[in-house]
Order: sequence, then C-alpha cells, then structure tokens
Amino acid sequence: MSGGAWLIAVAAVPLAAAVAALLAGRRGAAAAGLLGSLLGTVAVLGLAAAVLDGGVQEVLMGGWAAPLGIALRADGLATAMLLMTAIVGSGIALYAWRYFGAAHATGAHESPAPPHDVRAGRPETTTDRPDWLFWPVWLLAWGALNALYLSGDLFNLYVTLELLGLAAVALVALAGAGAAAAALRYLLLALLGSMLYILGVELLYAAYQTLDLQQLRARVQPSLSAGLAAALMTTGLLVKTAVFPLHFWLPPAHGAAPAPVSAALSALVVKAGFYLLARLWLDLFGALPWQAGPVLLGVLGCGAVLWGGVQALRQQRLKPMIAYSTVAQLGYLLIALPLAGQGAGGAAAGALTAAVLLAASHAAAKASMFLCAGSLLAAYGHDRIAALAGFGARLPLTATAFALAALSLVGLPPTGGFVGKYLLVEAAVRAGAWGTVAVVLAGSLLSAMFLFHALSRAFVEGGEPPPGGAVPRAPTAPQLVSLALALLAVGLALVGGPLAALLATGVAP
Amino acid sequence: MTNVSWVPVAVVASSLLPGLVIFALPEHRRSLRTALNLAGAAAKLVFVLVMLWNVGRFQDYEARLALLPGLDLVLRADEWSLLFLTLSALLWVVTTVYAVGYLEDSPHRSRFFGFFSLCVSATAGIALAGNLFTLFVFYEILTLVTYPLVIHRGTPAALAAGRSYLMYTLPSGALLLLAVVGAQVLTGPQDFTGGGYLKPFADGRAGMLVLLFAALIIGFGVKAALVPLHGWLPRAMVAPAPVSALLHAVAVVKAGAFAILRVVYEVFGIEFAATLGVLTPLAAAAALTIVYGSWRALAQDELKKRLAYSTVSQVSYIVLGAAVLGPVSTTGAVVHLVHQGLMKITLFFSAGNYAETLGVHHVSEMDGIGRRMPLTTAAFTVGALGMIGVPPVAGFVSKLYLGAGAAQAGQWWVIGVLALSSLLNALYFLPILHRAWFRPARGPWPEEHGRGLDARPMLLVPVLLTALFSLGVGVFAAMPWSPLDWARLIVRREYVGG
Repeated sequence: MSGGAWLIAVAAVPLAAAVAALLAGRRGAAAAGLLGSLLGTVAVLGLAAAVLDGGVQEVLMGGWAAPLGIALRADGLATAMLLMTAIVGSGIALYAWRYFGAAHATGAHESPAPPHDVRAGRPETTTDRPDWLFWPVWLLAWGALNALYLSGDLFNLYVTLELLGLAAVALVALAGAGAAAAALRYLLLALLGSMLYILGVELLYAAYQTLDLQQLRARVQPSLSAGLAAALMTTGLLVKTAVFPLHFWLPPAHGAAPAPVSAALSALVVKAGFYLLARLWLDLFGALPWQAGPVLLGVLGCGAVLWGGVQALRQQRLKPMIAYSTVAQLGYLLIALPLAGQGAGGAAAGALTAAVLLAASHAAAKASMFLCAGSLLAAYGHDRIAALAGFGARLPLTATAFALAALSLVGLPPTGGFVGKYLLVEAAVRAGAWGTVAVVLAGSLLSAMFLFHALSRAFVEGGEPPPGGAVPRAPTAPQLVSLALALLAVGLALVGGPLAALLATGVAP
Repeated sequence: MTNVSWVPVAVVASSLLPGLVIFALPEHRRSLRTALNLAGAAAKLVFVLVMLWNVGRFQDYEARLALLPGLDLVLRADEWSLLFLTLSALLWVVTTVYAVGYLEDSPHRSRFFGFFSLCVSATAGIALAGNLFTLFVFYEILTLVTYPLVIHRGTPAALAAGRSYLMYTLPSGALLLLAVVGAQVLTGPQDFTGGGYLKPFADGRAGMLVLLFAALIIGFGVKAALVPLHGWLPRAMVAPAPVSALLHAVAVVKAGAFAILRVVYEVFGIEFAATLGVLTPLAAAAALTIVYGSWRALAQDELKKRLAYSTVSQVSYIVLGAAVLGPVSTTGAVVHLVHQGLMKITLFFSAGNYAETLGVHHVSEMDGIGRRMPLTTAAFTVGALGMIGVPPVAGFVSKLYLGAGAAQAGQWWVIGVLALSSLLNALYFLPILHRAWFRPARGPWPEEHGRGLDARPMLLVPVLLTALFSLGVGVFAAMPWSPLDWARLIVRREYVGG
C-alpha cells in the first residue's frame, strides 16, 4: 500500500469499527472493538513506515486542493502521536475486553462497593449496564484522535476536537448516575473550550481567507486580530487540555470513570490539546515574534507541575491521586514548548523530542497505572491508599506494573520518562532556564513522594481479609495488560534516537 | 588487542536474570532459588576473574549503547571497575550464602532475593560505568532496588527508615541529574579518563566547575554517608542483617565512595582538582565525618547502630585519602575501599549471628558471649581490631598508607585526624571485646535459638571466610594481585609518570 492509502486507513478504520461495534450490539461489540484496534494499529504502523521511508505523507480528499478540499497530512510529530495512541489504545482495549467481560460473567457474585466509593468505582448494578457502549464510543474517540492528528487545517481540527470532546464526555458518563455531575461539568467546559477555539479560527479566516495550516503559516502577520485569535484558541485549548489553572474538571472526571475509560482519557485524550498547542505555537505562530505566548504556556506548565503534585500528595484515594498526577505531567509537556520554540538548533529539537517522549511515556505509564487502580479496586472493593495493605503479595503483577509505571512518571531510570526528563533538563540548561530546571526537579520529587507512598503499601503485611468470607479476586489477564503497558513505558527509554529522527521529518524550516 | 563487548554485559546480566526469575518463583521453591542465586554469583565471579586476567593484556572489554545521539550507556572494564567489581562479586557470593541461612523461614523470600540480585546488578553497573551518565543511571537504579530491601519487614519502623532513605537519596539524585546534564552540556560526550577530562574546559569557568564538583560530591556523598548527609544510614539498620551487610560493605555506601573516587580522579583529575582548590573542603568534610561518626558510635548501645556510625566514619577514610594529593594517599584510599568492605561485612555478619542465635542486639548484653560463640566472636575480634588499625589486619595497611600519604603531602593535620579516629575506634570497639571475652555471662541469653556451640553453619562459614580475607589481604598485602598491588596499578593510571 502507498502512504496515501495508509493515511486514509488510519483515519477510517477506527470510525468504521465504531459503526460496526454499534451495529453488533451487546454481544459483538467487544469483538468489533478488538478487531478494529488490531487493524487500526496495523494501519498506523504502515503509515509510520511510509513516513520514516518517504518523509511527510499527504492526501487530498477528492483531489481538491486547499483551501477548498480536505487534506490529510502526516509529518513526524503527527506520526509519533498516532503511534502512541494506537499502541496504548490497543492495550486499553485488551484490558477493557477482560474487564467488562469479567464484570458480566461474575457480576452476580461481586461484592458491591461501599456506598461512598461509588463515584470511584464501577456502578453497582450489573444487569442492565451499558458497558458494551464503551466500544463504539471509544472507537469513535480514537477515530477523532487520529483524524485530529492528520488534519492539516484549522476547521477540521475544530471538528475533530469537538467530536473527541463529545466522545470523551460519553465515556465518562458510562460510569452511570454517580458520574453524571462530572460528565456534565466536563461537557460544559469542553463546549466552552471549543467555542473559544472556533472564535479564534473565525478571526483568522476573516483576516487571511484560508484555514489551511501551511498557507496560514505563510500569510499570518503580527496583527491585532491574529493576536486575539491566538489568545482565544490557546485559552480554549488550555481548558480542553486541563492546563493549570483550568484543570479543575479533570480529576473528578478521570477519577469517576471506569478504569479503562480513565486510562484512555488520561493517557490519550488530553494529549490532543497539547498536540494542538504545539501545532499552533511551534508551527502556525512559530515564525512570529511572539515569544511571550510559549513562555506563558511554560509558566502555566510550571504551575501545573507544582500544583498538580501538591494536590496529588493530598489525595487519600488512588484514582484522584493518579488523576492529579496527570495535571502535573501535562505541565512538563507545556514546559517544553518555549524551549522547543526558541529555535536554538539542537536544544530546540531536543526539547521537542523530550516533550513527545514524555507524552508517550506518560501515555503508557498512566494507562498502566489507571488499569492497576482498576485491578486494585476489583480486589479490595475500594481505592483508599492507606487501606491497600499488602497489595504486593496479593496482586504481584499489578504491584510490579504500578512500580514500573511510577518510576517512569517520576522520571527515574531505566524508563522512557527518565530519558524524556533528562532531555528536558538538558534543553533547559542549554537555554539557561534555571527556574524551569528547578521546577522540573521539584516536580519529580513531588511525584516521587506520592507515588512511593502508595507503593510502600505493597510491602506492608496484608490486613485482615474483608468480612464476609470470600476474598474478591482481580482476574489475571487484565493485570498482564497493565504490566505490558508499564514495560512499554520502560522500553521507551530506548526509542529516543529513532524518535528524534522521526520528529525531524517535516519540521517547518 | 581485541575488544569483547559481551562480557561486561554478562557481568551485569549474571545477577539481573536470576533476579528476575526469582521474583516469579513461589515461596517454597527454596532450593531452586538458592541454586539460581549461587549459579548467578558463580557466573559473575568467573566473568570477573576472566576479565582480571585478560584485561589490558589480551583483550579489552567495552559495551556501548547509544540512548540518544551523543548520549551513550558505556560499560567498560578498567583498573577501577575491576577492583570494585571483584570486591562486590566476591562478597555477593558470601552474602548470598549468609542470607539464605539468615532468612530460612521468613516470609517474602522470593521478593527479597529478587531485589538482592538487582542490587548487585546495579552495583556491577556502577563499577563498570564508563562515563558519568552511565554511573548516574546505575546509581539511581541502586537507590530504587535497595528501597524494597530497607522496608522489607513492612513494619512502621521499616517504612519510616525507607522514607528517610528516599528523602536523602531522591533529592540528591535530582541534584546529580542536574550535575550530569551540566557536565554533558559543558563538555559534550566524554568517557572517564585517567587524569580526568575537565581541564581543557576550564578557561574562565573555574567557578562553574567548583559548583559542578560540589553538586557531584553532595549527590554521591549521600550514599557515602558524608556528614551531614549520613542520617539515613543508622536508621536503615532496621533492615535484616544481610541487607545491612549489603548496604555497608558491598553495594550502597561503597557505591557512593567509589563514585566520589571516579569524580575526583577520572572526571576532574586529582591534580586539576587541587588547582581548583576543591580538595581542601572535601578533606575537611571527610575529616569531620570521620571524627563525628566515631564520636556518635561511642554512645550507641545497639550493636548494629554502633557499627553503622562506625561505617559513617570509616568510609570517609576513602574520601579523605582521595582528597589529599599524592600517590601514596591515593593508594591508601583505593585499598581502603576493599579493606573496609571486608572488615565491615565481617562485623555485620557477626552482629547478625548474635541476634539470630542468642537474640543479643545490644552491647550491654554481650558479656561473656565469647565463650558461648567463640568462632563468631573471633571473627568479630579480627574485624574490630582491623577497624582500629592493629597489624596485621587489613585496616592497618590502609591507615599506614593514608598517614604516609598525608605526611608526603605535608598535611600533618590529617595524621592528627587519623590518630584521633583510631583512638575513638579503640574506645568503642575494645570495651565490646572486653565484655565478650573477659566478663562472665550475666545469666540466660535473651532469646536462645542455637543448639550447637556457635551459629548455624550457613551463618558461621561466611563470617569466618570474610574474617580470613580481612587478615589475608593485610598479611599478604605485598603479594602480586593483592588489593594493594592493584591499587598501585590504579595510581599509575592517575598520576602522569607516576
């Protein structure tokens, strides 16, 4: 297949699978979802091979050139994001298959979660749960993500972003009535973010008569409308990406969802906003003398790292803690933007590599960690950190996965998170940004504090088994998936070199 | 000479792979676990001996993996790495036997031995690290794999000790990361070099280099337990005795001291460090640590705590030797790296034997213990006399070279520190020996388990072996292949024309 065919396949396969899953209904949805994951991953791998081999891939839908037609375009950055989404997403799908499947099979015997934990866990009624809807909705979200990464113009980005937001809200709402408030808040904020973004897009269109990123980049000049557009679009994206101080919707939404959903949202969906911010400030406005924009983003990133870390430290329950860790980790990605935008040759490329490597490591590690939380919830019936005594002996696979994922999130060797953090610190030192260096190091110490605190529970002697006899067990197969994802986060330590080469593909001169 | 790249990797893997398998073993597979452990330990020893014999004569050993352009992981066998590697490989065998005996019926043994093996792999990585980045990576890994051993018992005290360990090591790791990145930005990719590699980059950057030195020393000084960065070490005493032995003699503290030696000699170069003026503060810190550690040891009644403060003091002999310019002093520092390990492991094994056999944890309970456990106490006596510096035990050789080196460099105050410390050593060790050998037992032992005359063979043989080593390296110090001989080899590498 040619690169163009792979491009179309990448965009189309998840959407087709979503439709198939919806038509297949309760019984066949999982099969459609797994098949879709497999084919979608194959398509992304094919595309990545084409990009590595032949540079940037582009397809004009229906043969119409921009600004009339729709262009699909895959450069190095987009390919890296697609790969991350496909691989981590497939892992999440595998987990979901066993997780929801097991819930159906054993639902009748499962001990209901204590009432105050309903928000954290799976809904207690199992008979008419719409669990299977996870599949079409997740595939839709994946399709939206793929289309977003491949879009070359601002309006398509808006459409895909909106689609992604709606799918994500639906995913949160899957948790049932307990999650309704979180889902509603998420919906309203997602809409607000999109509205701000589209306002900015319209301003740009009015000024330059095109929405194609390449054309806009060539035409855009420093002006009031461009500045206003940049501000509106950035603010909208900040809301959607849950950047500090607009992050407040994320912890309840991610903490309330079922484990695979939390994993998908935290690991993959929020990265779309970061990707767009990077596109805007490195690509579209990258040539303009607006250094203040990326610098402001960097400052917000620093705030996010510290605030997210402190908040995570204060959490008593596992899932909200992991969710706050996402707030902090998104901060690292933003910190890299001003460093990547300064155009100082090696340092800038290093910062972009750092950001993408950190994003990918976070995706793998955070997905693994939320999935671990799901297994712990199944075994303990709650996720209060203080009461997870002895989970190392009880769930050794999960404990291993949790430990490796934690190492990557803190940025300790031998993990992808470590190499990413090393690169980020190196870029900051080269740029002389000592404040940034201090924040990055302080942030990793904060992460270490809350993650090692949770991890140390694994070594405490297990408490009394819960009253009522049978100890609930977490099935093994999903735990293997979370371990595989954690190992992926470790293995990412080795991809720095190839990733740097990939990201150099299609960089705007 | 041909370069063989798989051997250094195999040295690390020989404990890593058994460790990973051991994690997966069920608790009751005791003999398989022990077999795996010993097979790994034996394999590592063989690889190390092969390298010792061949290196620089028939073959070179270097493995290189590019993580990023300009950022390599390098494992390389040179004189330094082989010295540390031989020590840790040898002591790993002994400690494994001891640990198998010590933990006979305790829970979570698979987890324990898994992390134990990872710990030794990380130490091998530190020994073989060919550049600062690799050293840092394995140093951090060592922190991480030791933490589960410190909190192994899962008690609140163990968890608190683990927390304290992380509170010292993780921030120092962050500082080290910054220092390693700074060095990389300053010099580009550089491997460790005899005589150091920073001198050509010094123009107009003296202040920055002093900062870099300080950051590296503080970072590595935490594991080497330099005062005031030593607080975690006495608290980590709650861990089981084999872990203490590992922390104090084989891996952790040693890794810190070894890393400091690498920084002083192979990054900065001792002569360049002297011109920067950073050696005097380092020597002062080491001297303070030596005296303070000995002073605190005096007041400890708990045997393991007394030994822990003794370690704080003794490890800084190495740092002190490194901070005094001159080949004789360097010889003393290098040789003490080995000697301290052998003597301290003997002392900790003995303490473990007392605790396991008789339930004796405190110095005040040791009256007459020499008659109850004569072999263990004999070993303890060898270690204690060595620490004081009585000939012909190994510690005497170290102190001799350190003192002669200080005299050669004209730093007479160092001799004063050594003398004061020896006096304090005698003050906290001799009363123990007196109690053990010359006082009658005060009644029944707190918790008697042993049936025979002394500890179980699995506990006794290792301690007798290490006591013999401690004597042997002292008596045969002048022989070829002794640690002292090897230290002279290292000195030739570091001093031009030396």
